Amino acid sequence: MAKIIVVTSGKGGVGKTTTSAAISTGLAQRGHKTVVIDFDVGLRNLDLIMGCERRVVYDFVNVINGEATLNQALIKDKRNETLYILPASQTRDKDALTTEGVEKVLNELSEEFDYIICDSPAGIEKGAQMALYFADAAIVTTNPEVSSVRDSDRILGILQSKSRRAEQGLAPVEEYLLLTRYNPERVEAGEMLGVKDVEDILAIPLLGVIPESEAVLKASNQGVPVILDNESDAGQAYDDAVSRLLGDQVEHRFLEVQKKKGFLSRFLGGK
Amino acid sequence: MNEPNFQLKGSAVTAIVLELYQYDTQAFRDALQEKVSQAPALFTASPIVVQLDKLESTLDPSLLATLLQDCQNCGLQPMALRLNDEQAEQLTELPLPRLPALNSRSRAVEPEPSKAASEVVVKTVVEEKIIERASKIVTRPVRSGQQVYAEGTDLIILAPVSEGAEILADGSIHVYGPLRGRALAGVKGNTQARVFCQSLEAELISIAGNFKLSDALRAERWKQAAQISYQDDQLIVMPL
Repeated sequence: MAKIIVVTSGKGGVGKTTTSAAISTGLAQRGHKTVVIDFDVGLRNLDLIMGCERRVVYDFVNVINGEATLNQALIKDKRNETLYILPASQTRDKDALTTEGVEKVLNELSEEFDYIICDSPAGIEKGAQMALYFADAAIVTTNPEVSSVRDSDRILGILQSKSRRAEQGLAPVEEYLLLTRYNPERVEAGEMLGVKDVEDILAIPLLGVIPESEAVLKASNQGVPVILDNESDAGQAYDDAVSRLLGDQVEHRFLEVQKKKGFLSRFLGGK
Repeated sequence: MNEPNFQLKGSAVTAIVLELYQYDTQAFRDALQEKVSQAPALFTASPIVVQLDKLESTLDPSLLATLLQDCQNCGLQPMALRLNDEQAEQLTELPLPRLPALNSRSRAVEPEPSKAASEVVVKTVVEEKIIERASKIVTRPVRSGQQVYAEGTDLIILAPVSEGAEILADGSIHVYGPLRGRALAGVKGNTQARVFCQSLEAELISIAGNFKLSDALRAERWKQAAQISYQDDQLIVMPL
C-alpha cells in the first residue's frame, strides 16, 4: 500500500508545485517508488517544473475516463528510475475529476508505488478537495504572511472534516507545515511572520523551512526540481524536509540571518 | 400461646373527598343528588371526607348537621371532617372525627371550578430529575471556517481556536488554548453563561447575544488568561 501525501495550501502561488516536484524527487532519490500527480486540471504546471512537458501524451483525465491506461499516461522521470509523473489535462476543468475515478486511479497506483504525491490546485473547491480526499498525510505549504497562514488554517479544517479519513472516522490525516519563501532578514525587520508565529497559529509539526532563493525560480524555468541543486540553500532545505518526512531527526537550517563575514575574518583568511 | 386479638396497622384508604367551596342548602342538595344519580354505583355507601377548609363562609353546627344529613340521604357515608384551624375553633363539638389538614403539595392542586363538589382526585406526582448532558469536548484545533456548537451544554476546547473559526454553546465555553476566533456562549439566551480562555485574542465574544469585538477586548487582558461574564447589561472581562 502506498502512502498518499497531498501538497496543499489554500492560497495560490506559495510553492505547491515546486514542493511536489522537490519532495517526490527527494523520495525517489532515496529509492522509494514514487508517483506525483498533477490535480490542477486546466492549469497544468507540474510537467513544466519536472521538465517533461514535451512527453505528455495522455493525462490524468484520460485515465479517469478510460481513454488511456495508467501505463500510457505515466511519464517516467529522466533523472530518477523510481519516479513517475501523471500530468493533468490542460483542456478540461476540475469537474472532470470524480471521486470514483480518482479512487480507481489511486488504488491502481497504490499497488505499484510506495508514495503517491498529489499536487493540489489552489483554492478550497472541488479540485483541491479531490486532491486531499484520499490523503494519508498532508504537506501544508505556507508563506510567512497572514493571508497565506489563514488559508492554510482553512485547508487544515477541510482536511479534518472532509477527507476520507475524517468521513470514515479513521486516524486523522498527518499534517505537516512547510514554510516556503522564508526570508530571515525580512523577519528580523518585522516585515514577515517568523517561524514561531506561524507554528503558533497553525499548531502542526514543522516539516521544513525553505528559504527564499533565486535557485527556485531558476530551477522552475529549467524544468529541474530545485532539490537537485545541491549548492542552493533551498535545495538543501528540501532535502532536509524529505528526511524529516521519512522520520529522521534533522535540525532546521536557514532560520537565522546569514552573517556577512566581518572585516577581521576576511582579513585573517578563509576563502 | 395466646393468639393476638388484633393488630394495629397503618393503611392508606382511598376515599371520596367532598370539597365545599360555598354552602347554599338547597342548591347543594340538588347538585349532590344530580351528581350521585349520574353514577349511583360509585357513590352508594361510599365513605366520604367532608373538606371545609376552602369554604368561604362560616358554618355553624346546625348547618353542618344538615349538610351531613343531606350527604347520608344521597347514600354517602361521611366519615371524617377536614377543617382549617379557624373552623376547628368555631366548631367545638364535632359530629365526626377531624383529619389533619392537607400538606402543601395536594393543596396546590386546584380543582377545576366546573367540576362538581365531589370527585375522586387522581394525582400524578411528577418526580423532577435533572438529566445531565455531557459537555462537548473538542481536542483538535478549531480551524478557520469551522463551526462547533455545543447544544444544550458547555463547550470545552483543548486546542487553539483559529481566526475565522466560530464556537458556540448554549452553556459556557472553555478554551485551553489561544482563543482567536469567535466565541458565543449562552446562544439561547442564558445570561449566566461565561467564556473562559487561556489567551484572549478573540475576534468576538458574545454572551446571550451581547457581544464585544476584538477592538474593545484589546483594552483588557489581551493575550492573557481571562473570563468574560455578563453583568449589569454588559460584558465584563476578568482575570482567570
